[in-house]
Amino acid sequence: MNKKNSVIKINNVTKRFPVGGDYFFALKNIDLTLNEGEFTGLIGPSGSGKTTLLNIIGGLDSATEGDVNVLGHSMDNTSHNERATLRRKYMGFIFQSYNLLPVYSVFENVELPLILNKIDSNERAKKVNQAIEWVGLTDKRDSKPNMLSGGECQRTAIARSIVHGPALVMADEPTANLDAENSHNIMQILVKLNKELSTSFVFATHDEKIMGYLRRIVHLDDGQISKDEKVKNPKYN
Amino acid sequence: MLIKIALKNLLGARLRTILNIFVTAFSFFIILLMSGIYDGMLQHAKNVTIDTEIAGGAYWHPNYDPLDPMSFENAHSIVPNEIKLLVDQNKAFPVLVSQVSIYPGGRIMPAILKGIPPDQNIVNMPTQSLNGFNDGTIPILIGKGMAQDTKLNVGDSFTIRWLDVDRTYDADEGTVVYIMDTENFKLDMNHIWVPLNIAQSMLAMEDQATYVTYKNGLMEVDNKGDWIIRDVNYLVQDMEAIIEADKPGAQIMYMILLALAAMGIFNAQVLSIFRRGKEIGTLMALGMPRSRVVTLFTIEGGLNSILSAVATLIIFGPALWYFGTSGIPLPIDYTEMGLMMAKRLIPVYSIGLILSTTILVSIVVLIVSYIPSRKISNMKPTDALRGKAIA
Repeated sequence: MNKKNSVIKINNVTKRFPVGGDYFFALKNIDLTLNEGEFTGLIGPSGSGKTTLLNIIGGLDSATEGDVNVLGHSMDNTSHNERATLRRKYMGFIFQSYNLLPVYSVFENVELPLILNKIDSNERAKKVNQAIEWVGLTDKRDSKPNMLSGGECQRTAIARSIVHGPALVMADEPTANLDAENSHNIMQILVKLNKELSTSFVFATHDEKIMGYLRRIVHLDDGQISKDEKVKNPKYN
Repeated sequence: MLIKIALKNLLGARLRTILNIFVTAFSFFIILLMSGIYDGMLQHAKNVTIDTEIAGGAYWHPNYDPLDPMSFENAHSIVPNEIKLLVDQNKAFPVLVSQVSIYPGGRIMPAILKGIPPDQNIVNMPTQSLNGFNDGTIPILIGKGMAQDTKLNVGDSFTIRWLDVDRTYDADEGTVVYIMDTENFKLDMNHIWVPLNIAQSMLAMEDQATYVTYKNGLMEVDNKGDWIIRDVNYLVQDMEAIIEADKPGAQIMYMILLALAAMGIFNAQVLSIFRRGKEIGTLMALGMPRSRVVTLFTIEGGLNSILSAVATLIIFGPALWYFGTSGIPLPIDYTEMGLMMAKRLIPVYSIGLILSTTILVSIVVLIVSYIPSRKISNMKPTDALRGKAIA
């Protein structure tokens, strides 16, 4: 694995939050490298630090100590605007509760990252339609989120996360609000996108159903990596 | 791009947008109506004064000072020829003023006697009522307020005592022939109006006058002797001084209304924006910089105020128009309190009022959109995404 292929490189990262007069350590001395095209899960119980690590990778939060390098950019000395640019151009996010804008239709929600990236309207329509087709929501493109099922909402969120062709997609508990069938559908879509687009995926999850899809599992426990395993033959992958 | 997103957000959030716009439009309406009523009151007072008292202006005897009754004694003379010519052409009418004492119901009261030609039609006063009365007493026209103060009714007689040109006291009986209902308290309070020729005869001031009121639109005469021209601008200046003196009060009222409106708008906007913390977090996660988040919500506020102005026109425009044409009836007659107020308040919506209100309300909306969105965009994106409450 050479440096050129690494999308995330984390060295000795610590994150602590002040609690009362003391500190709570969410992450302790984390070292992690994720490579291009990987389909990785950050696995652990609630409070293990997986969401915090995901937020630090995505530039939504910053590490208290250590170095974070994402897509060749150091996240340590970057401004809010630089991080926002990085997210806008090269990253996609999938949230547990979908975070769709309620007043927008499926098409408009998926279109948003392209508008933020100032893509012209013809190109936008083409890309949005393609992304919606990938996730199988062509017949729902004009529906508002309140007219969609949980699975359909999450598929919309997936389309939104990949529509601008990001190098890295981060998913925080993407199946936590879904039933088993929808969870598998979602994961199958993500696996397909990972293979077809070569996009790297990082999941934060404690959902057992997801495990069978992951090709790399990073176990977190009390803010530390307890195990980092490669899965040669994932169950569903 | 941000305008497009802001417009989409506004149009998409139907109920929230409707509520915000309604609150802002209602504020617009209340400010416009209240300020319009206030301006209307002042405008009405000015119009009534011109209509019933000033007309196009007046030529004054040089000694005449309407605020100093002691000056009346020496403020009379033969009207200069050129001014007299206007009178003969029915373009002006003379008025003779004197201080008198009256004895209604046996009480003594100081009063201002004014002699006016009954047939004048230059000012809106029922002076024709002084015509055709011939029972040997002096026909008197008084106002409703004066009638109440003196407890006089039509047909009642009372003694008038005056000092004539020779400084001799004389007295005679006067009979109330008409009680006028005028909004101009200056024609009413302490005034008794009699036919000019009778006044001249009583005071032994034949052909003399204190001032001559002329029609609107006349040029100043060349030869007016030592008489002084007082145009409308001069004659309404006391009214304007009252308006000017009342301006701070009006501005305070305007600010209070604006503050109340701002509170309503602020409440609606803050609730709307703080409820959208998760949305703001999502936008930041998708890569929208903080400054653009703030700009987006401020633009939303700006569009909100534009839509509110349109909504004010559509929803409250008919009401504003109705009040502006038909007026708002007042439960009591304020003229009795010495206030020149119409029986119906007719608001006046000037361009200045509409523009200043629109600009001020828009600024308020922009500020109350900017402040909470700035506060929320300063949150950590992770907190905003969680919809964490804002302190």
